[in-house]
Amino acid sequence: MADLSATMTGPRGAKPRRVLSGRNIMVYGTLIVVSLYYILPLWVMVMTSLKGMPEIRLGNIFAPPVEVTFQPWVKAWSEACTGLNCDGLSRGFWNSVQILIPSVVLSIIVASVNGYALVNWRFKGSDVFFTILIFGSFIPYQVMLYPIVILLREMGIYGTLWGLVLVHTIFGMPILTLLFRNYFSSLPEELFKAARVDGAGFWGIYFQIMLPMSLPIFVVAIILQVTGIWNDFLFGVVYTKPDLYPMTVQLNNIVNSVQGVKEYNVNMAATLLTGLVPLIVYFVSGKLFVRGIAAGAVKG
Amino acid sequence: MAQAKHPGRLLRNLNAKIAAVPMVLTTLVVFLGGTIWTVVYSFTNSKLLPRTNFVGFDQYERLWDSSRWIVSIQNLLVFGVLSLVFTIVMGFVLAVLMDQKIRFEDTFRTIMLYPFALSFIVTGLVWQWILNPEFGIESIVRSWGWESFAFDPLNNPEVVLYGLLIAGLWQGTGFVMCIMLAGLRGIDEDIWKAARVDGIPTWKTYVLIIIPMMRPVFITTLVLVASGIIKLYDLVVAQTSGGPGNASQVPAMYVYDYMFQAQNLGQGFAASTMMLLSVLIVLIPWAYLEFGGKKHG
Repeated sequence: MADLSATMTGPRGAKPRRVLSGRNIMVYGTLIVVSLYYILPLWVMVMTSLKGMPEIRLGNIFAPPVEVTFQPWVKAWSEACTGLNCDGLSRGFWNSVQILIPSVVLSIIVASVNGYALVNWRFKGSDVFFTILIFGSFIPYQVMLYPIVILLREMGIYGTLWGLVLVHTIFGMPILTLLFRNYFSSLPEELFKAARVDGAGFWGIYFQIMLPMSLPIFVVAIILQVTGIWNDFLFGVVYTKPDLYPMTVQLNNIVNSVQGVKEYNVNMAATLLTGLVPLIVYFVSGKLFVRGIAAGAVKG
Repeated sequence: MAQAKHPGRLLRNLNAKIAAVPMVLTTLVVFLGGTIWTVVYSFTNSKLLPRTNFVGFDQYERLWDSSRWIVSIQNLLVFGVLSLVFTIVMGFVLAVLMDQKIRFEDTFRTIMLYPFALSFIVTGLVWQWILNPEFGIESIVRSWGWESFAFDPLNNPEVVLYGLLIAGLWQGTGFVMCIMLAGLRGIDEDIWKAARVDGIPTWKTYVLIIIPMMRPVFITTLVLVASGIIKLYDLVVAQTSGGPGNASQVPAMYVYDYMFQAQNLGQGFAASTMMLLSVLIVLIPWAYLEFGGKKHG
């Protein structure tokens, strides 16, 4: 009888979703374990960079520092040595900034005009060039490294910052052109036609209509280029001289140098400093970053 | 007046053509010209400077006789296959988990994707430190009492590729997860409803219906990841410098060393031409499927 009364007064309505169902435990459990794998290196970098060397030698790399010190950061920034120079990563940082700003500006100007011309001002052969451009982005850089050395040497800018800026503009062109082309082709064509009827020309339409309408895509392009150019290593090492090495190259030289005692805390501080710019861009930009990388995956 | 109204074909859209000059120069001079130049000069015996002294396939014979090159190619194959399989499986499984209408989706995505914003140099150096035998994972597990625990991939030629793989997966799987998630979200909700009505279990729906429907997404991912693997360079430079010995050499390192260190340009050109060939092996079937197939179907 007790059984019956229990069924009579039992819960009615939709079955409530249990928080601790087997499915939820599996889904969240897996995601949390995987997240640990992703977080671990950042945690280790930060913790190591805040410890003194004696503590590193004694303790474990995952443990938070007993005594927090910012000395490794100061040393990485202004005293770490590469070869004979001992002025720290700050030199690489400023080199990278000097490379970054003109490269981002130039590559985005060129690519946005390309995309605009490809959508609204098609000329004979324009699609052929675009196809070569996209397939060109799959060619390993190693194939084009040396011909570009010759080109830059002929132009007299081999080994200078401007040479590297030109290289970044060239290799940023495929993905950025694709990005802008796809965006401009999503804008209503009537807009362009109306402006044509009103007598606006190529540049007039670009500056007065296209540019103001496409600020979001410019932000996406900036995010893409800032992280991409900041993280470049190969072009920096091939096309600049040691004095002008960007931050990534200098970082690698500092950490992987064979001379002297290894100072792991300084190395990790230097690594974090180098990763800081793209990390800040990433955390500030959020979903726009996702949109930027997705643009590379979506075919045009 | 008549001339202004009907300008020659070359002068039509003149501004657009002027604006396209950088693109035309890039495609013709750098991409096409540079590639052809390198292929042509790979048949010469150029040393310090490019010379047009053609020697047939000599450079390629020397290349394939070099044990370092053979190791590089083997490494690329092993690393490539493992990293393709793992990134795609992990990326897909994570995307499926993220697609279960979970809470904190943005947080999880932020965590999984941040390594993708970091450079391979940073990635390589961090994992070099974590895998350090004296202070890293090995020493910690040993300090827990498991004295014989051995995990020192970066100093063991047999398993050094797995050390690189752990770091490579850390950097790249978040990106693949994002593409896969976008693919999953693009699938019509009605498909799910129909499968539920027919009483098909969820896992079976994924395997039999969703994955075949996502074929284009998988192929795009495959091509993107594969062409990235062939370019693999920075990660190895930072994490292992190709060592121990030559155990983790990759083709891109061979090219760089012969072109800019050993002053043996011909070898560098031949090696980079082989890299181009391997990209074409990936790219041509894809282009055929993607663009050739459409015309027929």
